[in-house]
Amino acid sequence: MTTFDDTLPIAQAKHATRSTEEIRQDFPILSRQVHDRPLVYLDSTASSQKPTAVIEAMNHYYQAYNANIHRGVYQISEEATAAMDKARVKVARFINARQSKQVIFTRNTTESINLVAYSWGGANIHAGDLIVLTEMEHHSNLVPWQLLAQRTGAHLEFVPVSDDGLLRLDIYQQLLQRQPKLVAFTHMSNVLGTINPAKAMIAQAHAAGAIVVLDAAQSVPHLPIDVEDLNVDFLAFSGHKMLGPTGIGVLYGKRALLEAMPPFMGGGDMIRTVHLRESTWNDLPWKFEAGTPAIAEAIGLGAAVDYLNELGMATVQQHEHEMTIYALEQLQAISGLKIYGPDASQRGGVISFLLDDIHPHDLASILDQEVGVAIRAGHHCARPLMERFGLAATARASFYIYTLPTEIDILVQGLRKAQHIFHF
Amino acid sequence: MAMDYREYILDHSRDPRNYGELEHPDVHCEDFNPLCGDQLAMDLQVESNCVTAVRFRGRGCAISQAAASMLTEMIEGKTVQEVIALGKDDVLEALGIPISPARTKCAFLSLRVLHRGLALAGLEKLTEDDEE
Repeated sequence: MTTFDDTLPIAQAKHATRSTEEIRQDFPILSRQVHDRPLVYLDSTASSQKPTAVIEAMNHYYQAYNANIHRGVYQISEEATAAMDKARVKVARFINARQSKQVIFTRNTTESINLVAYSWGGANIHAGDLIVLTEMEHHSNLVPWQLLAQRTGAHLEFVPVSDDGLLRLDIYQQLLQRQPKLVAFTHMSNVLGTINPAKAMIAQAHAAGAIVVLDAAQSVPHLPIDVEDLNVDFLAFSGHKMLGPTGIGVLYGKRALLEAMPPFMGGGDMIRTVHLRESTWNDLPWKFEAGTPAIAEAIGLGAAVDYLNELGMATVQQHEHEMTIYALEQLQAISGLKIYGPDASQRGGVISFLLDDIHPHDLASILDQEVGVAIRAGHHCARPLMERFGLAATARASFYIYTLPTEIDILVQGLRKAQHIFHF
Repeated sequence: MAMDYREYILDHSRDPRNYGELEHPDVHCEDFNPLCGDQLAMDLQVESNCVTAVRFRGRGCAISQAAASMLTEMIEGKTVQEVIALGKDDVLEALGIPISPARTKCAFLSLRVLHRGLALAGLEKLTEDDEE
């Protein structure tokens, strides 16, 4: 993982070519108001906003060449098929996959992980097998494995989380000695912001003979990702968290694994031959893409990848790192505010916190109404992690390429206002 | 629609009325809001068709805790029929502020627990409205 000079002043926080103010011009929603105040959107971890380029790419498909793919021998169907293929190539290059056929389009990270659990898991996990997960997983990287364990009689074990929000890698080593068949963990925690040392953990899992599924829902939008360098077996992420539309996600897999796997869903497009009582399967990636796919959404995701490439993922990461350092400083200055998770050197642009005894939902309502700030409040679909810290809920602010330091200042003003309302 | 954390709501949430539990409740139910993890348990003592004591315990936001506290005040001393008749409008009226759509589950958590408890005790048949 890249580390940064934590002393870099905010004044220097400029993108290589474009300022954050300029970037914000590309996001129409960022000029709207809520409760008569400018929208301050600090919930990109839940879903990012979309630049005009993404919205227009999808509109253009619907207006100029809307047709099903792989069907028509007519002009606009060929254009739609080519656009979808091109989007797949863009996504493959974005994560440095060797071949675009290793990029399976799904609905989202959740579906990608379920695909692996049903298809690969169904064929390879048996009674008594061990699956290693962690305590910091999102429900989407937990429940599919619980279901698989229930179907097969496999065991689940969990890497604990330390008080400062890091994985207990010493216990991970011990669990690997028990030779798990599968290891699945998040690259970046959606609650604590912790960036896990994925490359080393994957190498160690491989040495123990395990296959690795990386939940990259929070890392692909925010960090440079190279699946070859990570040497990861499966990688799952969502379009809507990386400036793209909802309804499109990705499963990357190593080719040999994907080719050996049975289909996940049956239907049109995923077959080679169909008879009344049996069928044979299409090649990758279509074997896993039954039915008409999310064509406009794939094209939109391709446009999102173009947009991120233009900025450069290293720049994206740097900007968020600077916002995180600034926000940690500002939030730590508020008495009664408790932050969960590691320091900025091991954290992405996500900060979970509690303020005095104010319930996060009350805090989120006050921030929304009083200062127009959108944050997330709740268990963030990670209830076991909440329980680990003895919490029912936290408030969570998260940052992206369009976040301004002045927005963090407005968050802080809102928090002080909440303290005033609740008399702290 | 702006939710307004009025002083009496904060007062109810900080200093909830009828907080605790009953040793031998005739009606008991607990539930949580899966969206936010807020928890609530309610106990009722019923004597000759009248609620003679009520207690609740819970943890959650100011809206859910204040609504529960206010609901217990409405329940105490009422007949079972009167308690069964309590609905969302009564809770909203007691809260006295607009509740944004995302927060209605908080406001109605205690009401849901109450009606489920009455149903578990065989005192009420649940309607779809109560199950929401």
